[in-house]
Amino acid sequence: MLRRTLLTGACLVAASLSAAPASAQQRTEIQFWYGLGGQLGERVQEQVRRFNESQDRFTVVATFKGSYVETMTGAIAGWRAGNPPHIAQVFEVGTATMMAAGPAIKPVHQLSSETGVAIDPAQYLAGVRGYYSDTQGRLVAMPHNSSSAVMWLNLDMLERAGVTEPPKTWAEVREAARKIRAQNPQACAMTTAWPTWVMFEQMSSIHNVAFATKANGFEGMDATLNLTDPFFVKHVNFLLDMQKEGLFRYAGRDNAADPLFPNGECAISFNSSAGRARIVADAKFKWASVPLPYHHDVTESPRNGVIGGASLWTLTARNRTPAEYQGVAEFFRFISRPEQDQWWHQVTGYVPITVAAYEKSKAEGFYTQNPGADAAIIQLNRASPTPASQGFRLGGFVEIRNIIQEELEKAFQGQQNAQQALENANRRGNAVLRNFERANRS
Amino acid sequence: MQRRVIFKDKALPYALLLPQLVITAVFFFLPAGQAIWQSVLRQDAFGIRTIFVGFENFSDLFADPLYRATAWTTVVFCFWVTVLAMGVALLLAVMADRQIKGAQVYRTLLIWPYAVAPAVAGMLWLFLFHPSFGLFARLIAGLGIDFDWKLNGGQALVLVILASAWKQVSYNFLFFLAGLQAIPKSVLEAAAIDGAGSSRRFWTIIFPLLSPTTFFLLVVNLVYAFFDTFGVIDALTKGGPGKATETLIYRAYIDGRVNLDIGSSAAQSVVLMVVVIALTVIQFRYIERRVHY
Repeated sequence: MLRRTLLTGACLVAASLSAAPASAQQRTEIQFWYGLGGQLGERVQEQVRRFNESQDRFTVVATFKGSYVETMTGAIAGWRAGNPPHIAQVFEVGTATMMAAGPAIKPVHQLSSETGVAIDPAQYLAGVRGYYSDTQGRLVAMPHNSSSAVMWLNLDMLERAGVTEPPKTWAEVREAARKIRAQNPQACAMTTAWPTWVMFEQMSSIHNVAFATKANGFEGMDATLNLTDPFFVKHVNFLLDMQKEGLFRYAGRDNAADPLFPNGECAISFNSSAGRARIVADAKFKWASVPLPYHHDVTESPRNGVIGGASLWTLTARNRTPAEYQGVAEFFRFISRPEQDQWWHQVTGYVPITVAAYEKSKAEGFYTQNPGADAAIIQLNRASPTPASQGFRLGGFVEIRNIIQEELEKAFQGQQNAQQALENANRRGNAVLRNFERANRS
Repeated sequence: MQRRVIFKDKALPYALLLPQLVITAVFFFLPAGQAIWQSVLRQDAFGIRTIFVGFENFSDLFADPLYRATAWTTVVFCFWVTVLAMGVALLLAVMADRQIKGAQVYRTLLIWPYAVAPAVAGMLWLFLFHPSFGLFARLIAGLGIDFDWKLNGGQALVLVILASAWKQVSYNFLFFLAGLQAIPKSVLEAAAIDGAGSSRRFWTIIFPLLSPTTFFLLVVNLVYAFFDTFGVIDALTKGGPGKATETLIYRAYIDGRVNLDIGSSAAQSVVLMVVVIALTVIQFRYIERRVHY
């Protein structure tokens, strides 16, 4: 152990000695903590390498910190201990917590004006920009990896069951699932990853039903949840019915259902568009990604979906130098360049964050060669956002998501009906919102 | 007659005690004190705004029916983990203590699981029992049992109990084996000559003579079940489905680290601290009396 440490130390010294003469000035080191594993994590490393090779003043050091939750809590713990990373990747549900963090963060617009590095908010897609801007429309967090939920279809399984057209509505999804089960009674017809994100957040947005009051929390911390709305009762009942019929398999919280689509087990899965990298690598069948289904008796023209994924936050520290902030800003500007963003979008399955990258991908025929790669973008852009579909800014959202998952699990076990599950989730979730409001009122 | 060691110099004994006292202060009293202080505060995630709320974190906790349900789950969980881990270990130790070929190999194999970190153990069990691709899960499903602990709270609880108990069997096995080997063979031989069968020998001689080991393991296992099983639960069920496998320590972790509610989490750890102190006092007061050294 000791020997290994010494060896590593010696290597580092050797490396720094050999690197020193190459650049005239000392490179400023920027710590970047991220929470993407597997193929996506490798892409993050590649993104950072591209930046480091593009200039000789800064070195971004990207460190994998585990899940999104672990990355965020690690960064917060780091800040409390006076030793945070310069950049932390925070998932979308942590946005409200980070925005309320006042002195701990440096908003992008402030970073841009202090360092003189121009970061024009107008270059980003509206749905992405809106999620990470403050009430005055100024960019607070740097858009990084934005996805949307899409429906993934195993075309081989659908074809065997005699389903030729991708289902568009939930009624058609149920019909397709029934045919799949009729063809193979053992098959997993449908599952979902991120049950709360897909079945509540995305559904509320595309059906234009408020998830919470005060424009889903954008207009103030005193928002209350709207989970007992008849729409949610209807949708949860729909899922419960499908589960009873054996058409829907609940595969667990958060991303627990991830493997069930690429391994060919489930014919229909709902997951992030960023599942693309893994599906391209693993799936041994014909597949497609299409926009999420809607209830045709609620709306005939579904609205935009909301984004998921994560953004980059600049964290403050007592001993930060202007050069370090400069490096952060340069990195942000670099990853927003159309060609960089286009590369990122095409290899990960995240949506392009800039309009230019989307236009370039379209012009170069990326979507005709890769049908369905634009499903998420189409879904995000097909309607202008309303207060119910612009996203969420709710404190304690991580906890609220888990509460919804817990109450859903109790309903799927038959311990309570849809109405009870939603009433419980609403009551418990509102308690979380009130606690957050109290702890963060300045 | 009592032998007493007398130091001429007053400073030396204190100097010798100092390292231990410093460690206790830094790693026990300081964090415990901080937990007590945090438990009467309410803070935002970054600790920028702090309000003093008195005992509100505690009253919120006790008024929460879910917290009481979690406390009950913890009791059930700790009871079964302790009983299973100790029962199986004792059985294995008695068998490994016999004169058999390759006893050394068995012993080594039985000690292995102890070297596995709880989170790794959880992942192993996850792969073996995953409802869709787990090897054992398929075997169980083949028996006609609807096995899906992602949605069946009872099955999930059984699974985390088994995984947690499995982890601790090796440790108990080591101590039981050592305890068994310390029992003088002459006593057992005398009993055998007097006509006592093997089960009678076990219950009237071996078991009472093992009581110091058993008592020690009881304390250690309860503490293990209370505090160290968090990794297994996190890797396997994350407290779900619903709250079926959420124990007190797991909830304290979730509220503190994931939900970033430090005040409530601190209050919960203070409650746990009180519980453990109470348990230890009870054990030493009432159970130790029955132990023969």
